[in-house]
Amino acid sequence: MAREIYQAIVDGILVGGVYALMAVGLTLIFGVLDIINIAQGIMVILGAYLSYELAARLHIDLFLGLLITVPAMFVIGVVIEWAFIRPLRGRERVSMTLLVSYAVALIIEGILYEAFGADDRQLNASYVTSSVHVFGFYLPYIYLYGFALALALVAALYVLLYRTKFGRSVRATMQDETAARLVGINISRVAAITYGIGVAVTAAGGMVYGATNAFTPNSGYDLISRLLAIIILGGLGSIGGALVASVFMLTLESLVDIWQPNWAIVVFYAALVLVLVIRPTGFFGRKAVRAQ
Amino acid sequence: MSEDQRTSLTVLRRLGGLTGLRLAGVVVLLALALVFPVVDPSPVATNYGVYALIFVAVASAWNIFSGFSGYISLGHAVFFGSGAYTLGITARDWHVTGIGVFALLPLSAVAGALIAVPFGLIALRVRRHTFIVITIAVFFIFQLMAYNFSFTGGSAGLDAPFLPWGAQTYNNPFYYIALACAVGAITLAWLIRRSRFGLQLRAIRDDEDRASGLGVHAMRVKLTAFVLSGAITGLVGAVWFFYLTQVQPPSGFDPLFDLSVVLMAFLGGLGTVSGPVLGALIIEPGQLYLTANTNGYISEILLGSLFLVAVLLVPRGIIPTGGEYIRRLTTRGRAAIPAAASAAPQAPTEPAPVREAQR
Repeated sequence: MAREIYQAIVDGILVGGVYALMAVGLTLIFGVLDIINIAQGIMVILGAYLSYELAARLHIDLFLGLLITVPAMFVIGVVIEWAFIRPLRGRERVSMTLLVSYAVALIIEGILYEAFGADDRQLNASYVTSSVHVFGFYLPYIYLYGFALALALVAALYVLLYRTKFGRSVRATMQDETAARLVGINISRVAAITYGIGVAVTAAGGMVYGATNAFTPNSGYDLISRLLAIIILGGLGSIGGALVASVFMLTLESLVDIWQPNWAIVVFYAALVLVLVIRPTGFFGRKAVRAQ
Repeated sequence: MSEDQRTSLTVLRRLGGLTGLRLAGVVVLLALALVFPVVDPSPVATNYGVYALIFVAVASAWNIFSGFSGYISLGHAVFFGSGAYTLGITARDWHVTGIGVFALLPLSAVAGALIAVPFGLIALRVRRHTFIVITIAVFFIFQLMAYNFSFTGGSAGLDAPFLPWGAQTYNNPFYYIALACAVGAITLAWLIRRSRFGLQLRAIRDDEDRASGLGVHAMRVKLTAFVLSGAITGLVGAVWFFYLTQVQPPSGFDPLFDLSVVLMAFLGGLGTVSGPVLGALIIEPGQLYLTANTNGYISEILLGSLFLVAVLLVPRGIIPTGGEYIRRLTTRGRAAIPAAASAAPQAPTEPAPVREAQR
């Protein structure tokens, strides 16, 4: 039994790392644009399908293919922000942007169904099917590589946010949009690029997700609800919170999965509800998040 | 315009809200709805009617809570599905069959209300995005429970009791029940909108902290609206289930249901009484038509696109935007009477409710 528990914890951490990558994109978009990007889930699936196509048709390695899919998703993100998010103003903006991103998700889902049908797909490569045994743990290579990729990208995001001029503009915008505008930061540009980055990381997340899970265009719902739970639990707009919450939630889920596979995901949401009853701003949330 | 004139106009508007032209319009619409199955008795037409009215009722119920209070719920399928399952489970376990099943409908409203209390107590502690996400999370919890419990029939779902009615007239009783639900929901929305309670809700929407400061019991008011909304949605969910004769976890607890309802209310005009009705009457038949004539994915793409277009072209909804347009026409571009407009029921975006709440 102890062995199963350790294995579940290791799995939870490894998978949690990948969720962290997707969740950081989501929470970053929230922090800068003050919107919840419901389309994030289907974007991950879109990223998975892109990798699938590249691998199946052009025989490009999954990790190498990211050099194409990540920039492609970045462009898609910037275009969506420019076309549908930026024009929204006024009091109903919060709910409007949420619904707009929901509508975008629906459209992408419909297109994916049209293009690929409802059959289960899974990404394949030599490292997807083989695994390594370390200290008695059974670790598929894709989990290790995926975790390493997630770590590298989160680290890159960290450097971008905390060590560059652009990152300073982003953080300034997250703290106080009006003040950032006053000191000469081009908010529209920051918003577009942030949305682009937030969406671009889903290409990487999607590739790992697609290699570790079977997916259909419908998988976006499951993903977005988990990601939303994670970023709310971590505290909206908190990058560190998203990291901690991802690992915490996925570990919890894989632990419950040992005894009650059917209820594991319920525990996931129940944990969210419970935490919010005790602490409405999440683990690392700022008070301001509650303000209307 | 002086403050006095403004106030008297407001009072006039509020007293005379349903006189003359408007009353006539409502009577004509209701009469049309009543004779619709007589005019076109084909099952195809009444089928459209039943679904349209079901969504008129649900969109109005959603609007009573979300439209008035500004708390956007993406979890109303929780009530809809629970209502459906309540009817299915009680009819099965108590061996109720035939017409007697209709007597169980109120139980679904009770179930909706009972679920809304703990749901609301938890979710209404947080605002804006967080609230929306909590409603989504609760929605998924319910869908998963429907999958995993044995009394809900798991992924096979439940079947409704059989009704030994002819196909030609099968839809008609459901049509009138759905019509009754829709009229009930609209009337309730209308009554709430012009009541002190409705004013408190809109004060919460405009600025919850200030509303609390002015003596509005925010939690109590929000929760009451949530429970009312949930009860109606549960009831309509049961009607939907009995009409459709089956429910499965993904159809009873359907994320598209949530989006459709919100889309209807938004398209027509959030927080107005007639907006969600108009939105439902436009979208639901359109969606049915598309689903019947194309594959489901095309209708999904079109629904999403319609929403994007609606948001970009009429961001405040058809009723408020149209009302403003007509007002501008009738005043021929003069500075109109903005103060009266702001107090009129059609223009919910002005801060008028808070001012009134101060009295």
